[in-house]
This record gives sequence, structure tokens and C-alpha cells, in this order.
Amino acid sequence: MSPPAIAIEHLFFAYNGHPVLEDVTFSVPTGDFLAIIGPNGGGKTTLIKLMLGLLKPNRGHISVLGLFPDKAAKQIGYVPQQAGFNPRLPVSVFTVVLMGRMFSSASWRPFSLNDRRAAEQALRRVDMWEYRQEKTADLSGGQRQRVMLARALVSDPKLLLLDEPTASVDTQHQTEFYDFLRELNEQATIVIVGHDLMVLSSYVKSVACVNRRVYYHDQPEVTQDMLDMAYHCPVELVAHGLPHRVLPKHEEDGD
Amino acid sequence: MDLLEFTFMQNALAAGVLAAVACGVIGCYVLINRVVFIAGGIAHAAYGGVGIGFILGLPPLLGIFGFSLLSALIMAAASLKAKHRIDSIIGALWASGMALGIILVDLTPGYNVDLMSYLFGSILTVSRSDLLVMLGLCLCVIGLSAVFYRGFLAMAFDEEFARTRGIPVDRLYFLLLCLIGLSVVMLVQVVGLILIIALLSIPPAIAEKFASSLGRMMLLCILLNLVFILTGLSLSWILNLTSGATIILTATLGYFLAQVLESFNRKRTIQA
Repeated sequence: MSPPAIAIEHLFFAYNGHPVLEDVTFSVPTGDFLAIIGPNGGGKTTLIKLMLGLLKPNRGHISVLGLFPDKAAKQIGYVPQQAGFNPRLPVSVFTVVLMGRMFSSASWRPFSLNDRRAAEQALRRVDMWEYRQEKTADLSGGQRQRVMLARALVSDPKLLLLDEPTASVDTQHQTEFYDFLRELNEQATIVIVGHDLMVLSSYVKSVACVNRRVYYHDQPEVTQDMLDMAYHCPVELVAHGLPHRVLPKHEEDGD
Repeated sequence: MDLLEFTFMQNALAAGVLAAVACGVIGCYVLINRVVFIAGGIAHAAYGGVGIGFILGLPPLLGIFGFSLLSALIMAAASLKAKHRIDSIIGALWASGMALGIILVDLTPGYNVDLMSYLFGSILTVSRSDLLVMLGLCLCVIGLSAVFYRGFLAMAFDEEFARTRGIPVDRLYFLLLCLIGLSVVMLVQVVGLILIIALLSIPPAIAEKFASSLGRMMLLCILLNLVFILTGLSLSWILNLTSGATIILTATLGYFLAQVLESFNRKRTIQA
């Protein structure tokens, strides 16, 4: 068996003294399609940034693709939350996608033919090739999202991390988007942060509930098991998923 | 054209061209990274360097060089370490740098430098040796900007993603503020710090509306700078006005026209 795509052991992270994640231990097997859900401020995005090496844990250990996260980052395709980029910068869609392969800040190494081919391929895969000359600022929310996905795919990642990628996309395109992800899952491990488990549950293979602690469930559906777990994790999944909402408050929830 | 027979006018034009090129490139980096306020802070704090130069009997350029690079480094460190306090730190450096300069100049016996000439520069008194120093600094600024063009682009577009690619964003940010500092050194005695801020902020804001890439934005910016500087210089000559201030008001008028043109364009696209 291959090593897990992500392995986290007893990880603690605090932001300015406020604990965000506590004693997190779970691992994501290679080939998994994991949905991370949980309340706002529960630590979902923090968890993603720890996986990318953008944040360092205060305690505990995290390895991604068998490496330290910042060493593995180049093999990760990352789709950040929508508001992540600078809309005032005049830059074409094609250049943005090339940034996914920009591993050096110096300009003297021109982009190789390989880089350009990869960018073309990535844009064609997300059906945005004809927009390659457009400025990113002029695109709609859904188009931007596909460009961000192309930027993540252009480096041929073994692991895809997506942080609420569908926040500004209408429902019909969301379904298309998830179909596409399922296809990608044949080659890459996928971790997606979302809030609508009812949509996600028909696509993913496992679910992690994040609310300061992390509860990992290797089941795609809302099962009794998960519901039991959800008792520790009062999130939308229960409210959305079941007719009679059973929402006991988190025992340790101080706020 | 008889204007150009005067050496001082030729020198002023040469200085104007160098200022146009340096500010055109750096101004675009300043705009896309949203550090106009920091650039203003560095430019003003540099006056502290003038004071230090005077009281120690050093050439003012040396004082400005040390001081603007120092304040650039402090501001870079502050914006990386204490982002939420950066506004106060810039404001404090901005004001205290100027105050220090004024007091040190006061304390220097028997010499009185004109503060106005640092605010608005004295482009009509540029010497040949000034021009050589400017040319050297300009090449340095342009060279570094070109080498790290791609890194600056990635940092400005999405800093966090750039980090995941292994681009040294923190170091690039330090470099960017140092480049602003170098531009200040190059230009403050010639065009004055008010004009530096104007050239770093107005033309890029116009170019941004019409350019399709960062490189084109820079070219357009240089072109606009040239137009504003040449028009401003000629007007100041004809109307006998302060050259720096005339250039700034010309640029402001240009900005206003660009706004009108843009809203006109937009209306037309909507109707079409």
C-alpha cells in the first residue's frame, strides 16, 4: 500500500494565542476524495493552509505526499477561495494559468514549450481556451473559478486542494464542476472544502468535520455513524440533510 | 525649438526622460501591489537623510540614499510582521523623517537649505554629473525590475499561491520597497518628492484602465509620463510657473480626461 496522501498527527495550531485546531489526527489515503465541512471559523481554511505549508503547526506533525508540506507544495494543485486574487492587475487568462508552473521569480528562464502546452491543455480541459487572451478581471465568477482550476491543474498535481471553490457559482455549474472533479479523482487525491454536504455527498468518498477538532469519516453518505460524529460537530450537514434537525451544541464550544 | 539651445533645458529634458522611465516601471509595481501610501512614506522620510547629510557635512545624496533604503526596509519588515499596524508605522516614519530633516538642517550652522526645493525639486538646475548618477540608478532600478518581473507579477496577482510555487514573496517585497527607495534617491533632488508621488500614482492609474498586460501598462505609463513632463515643462516655461507643480497639474488633468474617456467608452459598449 502506498503512503497516505496526507498524514496529520496530534497537530495543534493557534492564531495570536487563540486555539484554532487542537489535537488533530487523521490521514487521507491516496486516491481519496475528501470533503471538509464545518462551521465558519471552525478551522477549515487553516487546515488547508497547513497542508500547503503556508502555515506551520505549533505542535504535532503533518506530512503531505510523504514530505514536509512546503516541500510538497509544488506537487499540489491549489484552488483558493474566490476573493484570493488581485482584480486590478492587468493579466491575461493564459498568463495566470502559466503561474501554476512559475517556480522561479526570475524572468530570464522563459516559459518552455512544455509549460505553454501544459497551460493550453489545462485551459482546454476546463473549457476556457477561447478566453486565453481575456483579462481575468473581465470574467464572470464561474469563468474565474475555471481559470483558477486550470492554474491548479497545469502542474499535473498528485493532490488537489480546493477551498470553497463553488462559493460564487450557480447550482447548475456546480454539478458540472463536481462531475469534472470526479473525473480528475481518477488521477489525483482531492480535498475540497465546502458547506453543502447534500451536493457533495454524492461525489466524495469521505468526509471530515472540522470544528477545532477534526472528525474523519471514511464514508461518502450521511450515515448513522456520521450522525453520531456530528453530535460532536454541530454543522450544517445535519440541518440540511435531515428533516428533523438534531443539533446538540458542541460540548466544548466556549463561544 | 530655440528653448532647446539652453544647456539647462537639455539637462532638464534628459532628467525628465529618466524620471519618466523609472517612475513608469516602478509606479506600475506600486499600483498593482497597492503600496502608494508606503511609497509616499519612503519619499517623505528621505528628507531625514537630507538633514543627516547636512549636519555631518556629507553630500545630501548619500544621506538620502541611506535614509530612504532604511525606511524602506523598516516598512517592509513592518508590513510583513505587523500588517494591522502598518498604517500607523508608515505615518510615524513619514512625519518623523521630515521633522528630523528639518531640525537637523536648523541645527547646521551657517547653511540654509530650501525645503521647497526638496518638495518640488529643481529640474531646471540639473547638472551633467547629476544626470550621470541618475542614469546609473535608473539602469539599476530597471534592470532589477526586469529580472524579477515575473516574480513581482505572481506576487501581485495572488501572493499566497505564489508562495505555494516556492516564489520568495517576502524577499521580493523587500526588494520592491528598496526599488521604490532607489527611485526616490534618484529623483528627489531633481523633480522633488511631491512629483515623485504624483508620477508613481497618477500615470499608472490611467494606464491600468487601458492596458491588457503589465508590460504594456508599463510602456503606456512611460509614455504618459513623457507627455506630462514635456507638456508641464513647456507650460511652466511659457507661463513662468514652478515646473514640478505644473507637471503635476498636467498629470491630474490627464487623469481627469482618462476618467471621462473611460466612462464614455463604457457607455458605448453598453449601448452596442
